[in-house]
Amino acid sequence: MTTGGLLNQLMGGILGSGIQVVDLTMTLQPDVPTIVMPPEFGQSWPFRMEEISRYDHRGPFCYWNNLSCGEHTGTHFDAPIHWVSGKDLPENATDTIPVEKFLAHACVVDCSAPAAADPDYLLTQEAVEDWEAANGKIPPRSWLLMRTDWSLKRDPVAYMNMAEDGAHTPGPHEDLIPWLIEERDVIGFGCEAVGTDAGQAGHANVPYPCHYHMHGNNRFGLPALTNLDALPPQGAVLITPPLKIRQGSGSPARVLALVETT
Amino acid sequence: MSGQQSAGRMGYDGVAVCVPVTVPYSRYSLRSAHWFCGRALAELIQTAGIGKVQVDGFCISSFTLAPDTAVGLTQHLGVSPRWLDHIPMGGASGAVALRRAARAVQCGDAEIVACIAGDTNHVDSFRKTIASFSQFANDAVYPYGSGGPNASFAFLTDHYMRQYGAKREDFAKLCIAQRDNALQNSNALMKRPLSLDDYMDARPIADPLCLFDCVMPCAGAEAFLVMSADRARALELPFVEILSTIERHNAFPDDPIQIRGGWAMDVDGFYDLAGVGPEDMDFLQAYDDYPVICFMQMEDLGFCKKGSAAEFVRRHDLTAGGDFPFNTSGGQLSVGQAGAAGGSLGLVEAIRQLTDQSMSAVVEGARHGVASCFGMINYDRGLCSSAAVLARSDR
Amino acid sequence: MTAPLPPPRKKDPVERTRQPTLPPGNRSREAQGLTAMAAVGRFALQVCAGCRQVQYPPRQVCAHCLGDDLPWRDVAAGGRLLAETNVHAANDLFFRDRLPWRLGLVQSDAGPSVVAHLAEDCRQGERVRLSLDLDRSGHAVMNAQPEEPGPNLEDDVQLREMTMNPKDRRVLIVNGKTALGLALAQAFKTAGAREIFVGHAEPWKTSPALEAVRKIDGVTLFPLDVTDTDSVQELASVLGGKVEIMVNNSYHLRPGGAVDRMDMNLSREEMDIHYFGLLRLAGTFGPAMRGRGADGDHGACAWVNVLSAYAQINNPTFGTYSASQAAARSLAQCLRAELAPGGIRVLNTFVGPLDDEWHQMVPPPKLPPNMVAGRIVDALKKGLEDLAVGAVAEEIAERLAENPKEIEREIKS
Repeated sequence: MTTGGLLNQLMGGILGSGIQVVDLTMTLQPDVPTIVMPPEFGQSWPFRMEEISRYDHRGPFCYWNNLSCGEHTGTHFDAPIHWVSGKDLPENATDTIPVEKFLAHACVVDCSAPAAADPDYLLTQEAVEDWEAANGKIPPRSWLLMRTDWSLKRDPVAYMNMAEDGAHTPGPHEDLIPWLIEERDVIGFGCEAVGTDAGQAGHANVPYPCHYHMHGNNRFGLPALTNLDALPPQGAVLITPPLKIRQGSGSPARVLALVETT
Repeated sequence: MSGQQSAGRMGYDGVAVCVPVTVPYSRYSLRSAHWFCGRALAELIQTAGIGKVQVDGFCISSFTLAPDTAVGLTQHLGVSPRWLDHIPMGGASGAVALRRAARAVQCGDAEIVACIAGDTNHVDSFRKTIASFSQFANDAVYPYGSGGPNASFAFLTDHYMRQYGAKREDFAKLCIAQRDNALQNSNALMKRPLSLDDYMDARPIADPLCLFDCVMPCAGAEAFLVMSADRARALELPFVEILSTIERHNAFPDDPIQIRGGWAMDVDGFYDLAGVGPEDMDFLQAYDDYPVICFMQMEDLGFCKKGSAAEFVRRHDLTAGGDFPFNTSGGQLSVGQAGAAGGSLGLVEAIRQLTDQSMSAVVEGARHGVASCFGMINYDRGLCSSAAVLARSDR
Repeated sequence: MTAPLPPPRKKDPVERTRQPTLPPGNRSREAQGLTAMAAVGRFALQVCAGCRQVQYPPRQVCAHCLGDDLPWRDVAAGGRLLAETNVHAANDLFFRDRLPWRLGLVQSDAGPSVVAHLAEDCRQGERVRLSLDLDRSGHAVMNAQPEEPGPNLEDDVQLREMTMNPKDRRVLIVNGKTALGLALAQAFKTAGAREIFVGHAEPWKTSPALEAVRKIDGVTLFPLDVTDTDSVQELASVLGGKVEIMVNNSYHLRPGGAVDRMDMNLSREEMDIHYFGLLRLAGTFGPAMRGRGADGDHGACAWVNVLSAYAQINNPTFGTYSASQAAARSLAQCLRAELAPGGIRVLNTFVGPLDDEWHQMVPPPKLPPNMVAGRIVDALKKGLEDLAVGAVAEEIAERLAENPKEIEREIKS
């Protein structure tokens, strides 16, 4: 066991034993679905990749690609400026958010059973209170992560689960969000579906309440996570930095979790 | 049909045609057309006993000289003629060269004119010649896959047979007789007798044409000299006289399909000028790339009525010893078609027959003969026709 | 009587695929006029403005009065067959592969005698109908067919070398999620296509058209997103050796122009789908199709681009859309040249406004998709190269030929 400074202890845990690094990120590839908006709205570009060279006549020494995609593609970070409610807040964009906010504890609520039974399952305040009863109170400045195992759906059709009235995917209840902010001071909300709001959240009283309230209160979103089943209910630390895009509303992120194993 | 009138036409008195030369034919050759023309000239002057410099006029026909013409050939052969003609009329070039040269000699523009028709045949050169034959052929025939005159003559033959009742057996008789003639011609590429069964059973080329209806492209040259009779006598060269000539281009353009050639337009004047008629002819050397055009020449040159050539052929023996000697060297069908030389093959053979220099079957006592030429399937029909009546010179 | 063409057998895997050859394609400038007529299905010849004499083969001076004003005019297409032949020997490689080949000499009602490819059922002395068609070299040739066509005329093997009949061929329809995609699938089904492959992008977005396509017998759906190089490559690796008719009906219409709605994202999407999409399809499917241009009687034969009539003249209401269509049209011309060695014909269809949600604000006439699909299949059967569909497209073509400035000023109504 390494001793010494805090960072030495951290690295000791990572390189030795005691701390596991879990990848919560989906692979970026062209068939990763992007959020569906009405066709007359602007559309987010899907992830696209064009080979620059592959040790060939275009470049004999190297392999590399040009990429294109929207800021909100795959596993990504939503900044407050993303939503109209957060547009005038200070430090609300990817380049201005204080970097320490990209490190935070995570609380993971397992909703896999009810979500399997009902794709429109909404996580309520009551359910979270039940979870606190079992796992302890959500510490301030923590992520609230909603585990649904939705990311196990590899088929984009099942993952998006579109019907004529829109998507049917689980998410937070519209009443839960203000409570999480006001009563638990969470840093943001994360989940496994394509957006932090439920599929049907466009029909809510306040459309897309998670986006509206979280970003309106300078909190973040972390959708399209995976491997949440590998995290403990409490105690994991998330590393979530987005790319430092000038006035970026978000960016694909390589989201990692540090989990104590002992 | 009001043909060309002889009234006012000048005859060819005092003109001699002599020194028939054939550069031996081969199926394919690595030589160029320049070589064939040059060898023809060499043999012409050697036989005539004159120097190159004394030939002061040239009349050249060739498809494969390209990119050269007669002009380039003068430098190749090191000659400085004062009279030069290049006749791009293929199969019709023989009699046309003859009449041009004769007038040049008559008028004193040239003293001795060498008429040379020669072509080479490389592997694939026939296809290349055909692929760029004429604008109309490029635009409206060649893209249809016939790959040359086969399909054009298939149309003419198909139509002629239906229109006039000619049978394949009738064409067979002509082809077999020519082959019999050719068997006595050492230069003929076809060396074996042709039977009726051979002809009838041959593989189809373009219905109704089969293999023995079609000439075999080859390399070779034909040539002769035109000079004054006085000069010929001085050189002690046997010669023939020209009694009449004709040429015609794009005759009967309103015929929807060719049933006759330009001879039919000019036949009356042709014999008027000659002072003799078809009945006086001892042979006919006709252009014969396909048998049907032979039938048309028999008709259009007055040997029989339009549409009756089949019946005419049935009634006559076309071999050299027969009652209607026809293509006595074997014709192109049996000797081979050496490109533009095919347009002089019959004419050169006629000179030989009328000067007792035959290299093949002899037409005994021949005094008059017709050599007829035809060429240039520009689109759907042959455009150029020409002919000459030649006579044995008694002087 | 023309015998029905037997359906294609499964390919012998050790048999060498016959390589594409083309009929002679060397034509004079004058004769290219025939090609222009054949490309749009007209039977037009030069007619002397001075003396009315019909000219053939094409030329620059009237053979009758020597006038030099010889405009192309539609002429009577009838004629009488004067002579016929089956060619059994040919020096040209294209025809050598296809002997015997039937030719006729036809006295046309318009005047001239013409050498023509001859359908099996034509008889000497009888009436025939002439048409100008593009052959495999992409140049115009004359075809003679019986005046009363027999039931199996479309199976005439010579005719099939010149047309692009979908019967017994395998078709890829790039986008099955639009009403036109559905109509195309139905039309190719009716035309007897052997298999119909239908692409669909973003499978998580539902489409009633696609649901209907799915139910058509003989249709197989494949994921295909023309904006995704991987996706196109992947499908080409599966279907490249099978597609005999490619129908690129990619479609992404959004209103807006350069000044009134400058939107880089929308404009890029239009370019990505219409222009880059075609490029991706061309680069991946083109080589295999070109290589199979002579693969039996059912080889690859056609590439259809469903373009907008506004590919030819910009409609500022759909300004960036029109521009992306123009880019696609230009690329289609490149494609046409590049596929030519395989004898693959590129049919560019210029379609007027469709009766769909994106043309809601456009006044009629608007085209029902099944009418458009029918015209496309018909054009393939006829072997056309350019097709204007609908009154709007036809008017644009006509006015462009007349005065491009006039239509440029008038088009935004």
